[in-house]
Amino acid sequence: MKYIEEFRNAELAQGLSVAIKAEADSGRTYRFMEFCGGHTHALARYGVEDLLPKKVHMIHGPGCPVCVLPVGRVDEAIALATGHDVILCTYADLMRVPGTKYESLIKARSKGADVRMVYSTMDALKIAQDNPEREVVFFAIGFETTTPPTAVAIKQAQVLGLKNFTVYCNHVLTPAAMRAILGTHTLTGAPTVILDGFVGPAHVSAVIGTEPYEEFTRDYRKPVVIAGFEPLDVMQSILQLIRQVNDGRAEVENEYARAVMPEGNVKAQNLVAEVFEHRDEFSWRGLGAVALSALKIRPEFSDFDAELRFTVVVGNPKENKLCECGPILRGEKKPVECSLFGTSCTPDNPMGACMVSSEGACAAHWTYGRFRTSTETESD
Amino acid sequence: MSNRGPKPSQRGTRPLDVKNGRVDMSHGAGGRAMAQLIEEMFVGAFDNDLLKREHDAAMFRLPAGRVVMSTDSFVISPLFFPGGNIGSLAVHGTVNDISMAGAKPYYLTAGFILEEGFALSDLAEIVKSMAAAAKDAGVMIVTGDTKVVERGHGDGIYINTAGVGVVRDDIDICGDLAKPGDKILINGTLGDHGVAVMSKRENLSFTTALKSDSQSLVDLVQDMVGAVPNIHVLRDPTRGGLAATLNEIANQSGVGIELVESTIPVRPEVKSACELLGLDPLYVANEGKLIAICPAEQADALLAVMKAHPKGRDGAIVGEVLEDSRCFVRMKTQLGGTRMVDWLAGEQLPRIC
Repeated sequence: MKYIEEFRNAELAQGLSVAIKAEADSGRTYRFMEFCGGHTHALARYGVEDLLPKKVHMIHGPGCPVCVLPVGRVDEAIALATGHDVILCTYADLMRVPGTKYESLIKARSKGADVRMVYSTMDALKIAQDNPEREVVFFAIGFETTTPPTAVAIKQAQVLGLKNFTVYCNHVLTPAAMRAILGTHTLTGAPTVILDGFVGPAHVSAVIGTEPYEEFTRDYRKPVVIAGFEPLDVMQSILQLIRQVNDGRAEVENEYARAVMPEGNVKAQNLVAEVFEHRDEFSWRGLGAVALSALKIRPEFSDFDAELRFTVVVGNPKENKLCECGPILRGEKKPVECSLFGTSCTPDNPMGACMVSSEGACAAHWTYGRFRTSTETESD
Repeated sequence: MSNRGPKPSQRGTRPLDVKNGRVDMSHGAGGRAMAQLIEEMFVGAFDNDLLKREHDAAMFRLPAGRVVMSTDSFVISPLFFPGGNIGSLAVHGTVNDISMAGAKPYYLTAGFILEEGFALSDLAEIVKSMAAAAKDAGVMIVTGDTKVVERGHGDGIYINTAGVGVVRDDIDICGDLAKPGDKILINGTLGDHGVAVMSKRENLSFTTALKSDSQSLVDLVQDMVGAVPNIHVLRDPTRGGLAATLNEIANQSGVGIELVESTIPVRPEVKSACELLGLDPLYVANEGKLIAICPAEQADALLAVMKAHPKGRDGAIVGEVLEDSRCFVRMKTQLGGTRMVDWLAGEQLPRIC
């Protein structure tokens, strides 16, 4: 804990707060997107916003794998669990994500589906070994951080000769999503999201390294500062971003050098490349179809691909029309600008995915920040 | 014991095979086997004159004051954890609930739902812990009940306890009495029980030397109400931890609450485990902790009494009650910002990245 506490030190935070205020004293405003849900969570949980000047706006990005999973994929997972008598293994966050008509895996489980919460891909593999007579499907989601463990599980399953283990692959790619955000324009040609730079991903960058962000500094002139998930990391990266903006620079800087190597984790990259290949496109909640933004299992490992083993038919996936998860994930709107926020959509009864995961922009604001904006009497 | 049959002749009956025996359906069927289980397993261990009369109901007098009554059911998994087991927990849970009215508990009931196949050796250990916990808390287990359910229809053992106690007429302690300006105190470190139990769950592979804080708070509370009779609220932050309990109190009293993170005691090993699992110690269960809310001018005196007691040695003032019609619980963070400490939504789930 010692090494974590140091990154939550109040005195250092005050020092950074003063430095940020001084650096931002330039008459302009600053709009930065923290891509990762982990950063959104850190900002909210530690009350970092209180330490930033009003002219520094943090825009919560789509880096929450639960939040960007489209309704159709959730519907398919529910159909797999209910219609094929499989054991569906999933990370905890996914259990409560609403599909069409607010169905979710946790509700499917209460109706008899065998849905199990696991902490790692290896747990899912063990369940497959322990239940040779049952089909076991691992519901894989996540950015580059969670992809290598899925690759390991698939390779391990191959070594073990497991015939009853498959992966429902929903792994997505960070740079593609950042590109999609910067490439979204209104009808008049203006960028939809006005950004001065990115707080770059922490764990994702530990895997992919710093090079994949060069295109954003080069092609879009947006500074990227890779930051750890502790509050001081985030504050330091904001300070570095403001400096870059003030200097007219657009560079990739690495605040999280204690974990992120420029080349990333090459072993993990090779493992992922061996097991997965790009999908032509993948539909993201909030961003729509994005080219080359997700991974699928290579033909060499097709025995472990749940999409090939099972035929799943789902109806027309539908999101609630009033749900503003899309614009919120693109950074165009704030959670409080959604008419469902805090009325019919709360973490207990989420209508949209941003309210499900603690890393989602809506859940973070509801759970940690709503005392700033709420005026209504909530007591009954 | 309420459902027992006629007392069997002990002659010719082999004693219970506590070492290797298992619970079977006959132990709940009302016949000789059940009577023997009650006699040899429970009556001996709980050893008191009221139980020994073996009537369906226990009769007793209580000292002057208002009678306080509470009940709680225990379904914990695993049954045995560092620092206790379901038996000690079942006694502590109910005596502590009674204590939270400022009362002194006197008598408990114990209901057992046993699953067919449950090892009698485990049952004996659980019953022994219950007896020890009751003795430590100064209460007697005076009546009970045993049922057996078929294999697969229970989780080994479930226990329900209920209890009665008495509170002095001049003491009025309740969750709806917190007033703006009051101070909030706790008697020690948060999250020990929850993390100790989680460390023993089969799918969470981490080890810790940490023990559950499961303990009776009877003596501590008696010292506290003796010194500061006008405590407004006492509550033990069990399931849902400090966060859930303070939200309940804020809603019941129609007030807001502000905590100061740096004053809240949490053991480093609990912090580490929570960090690893993506949990927040404020939401983790405790079984030997209490929250006290009292007028600001008495807070220092109350803290001194708590710190003088071994069960309150790590006590601290952790926040205060505010006027807030929205009933928000918030916290000044260690970093210097402010955030809400909201109700828990669903279960506390580990995060994935």
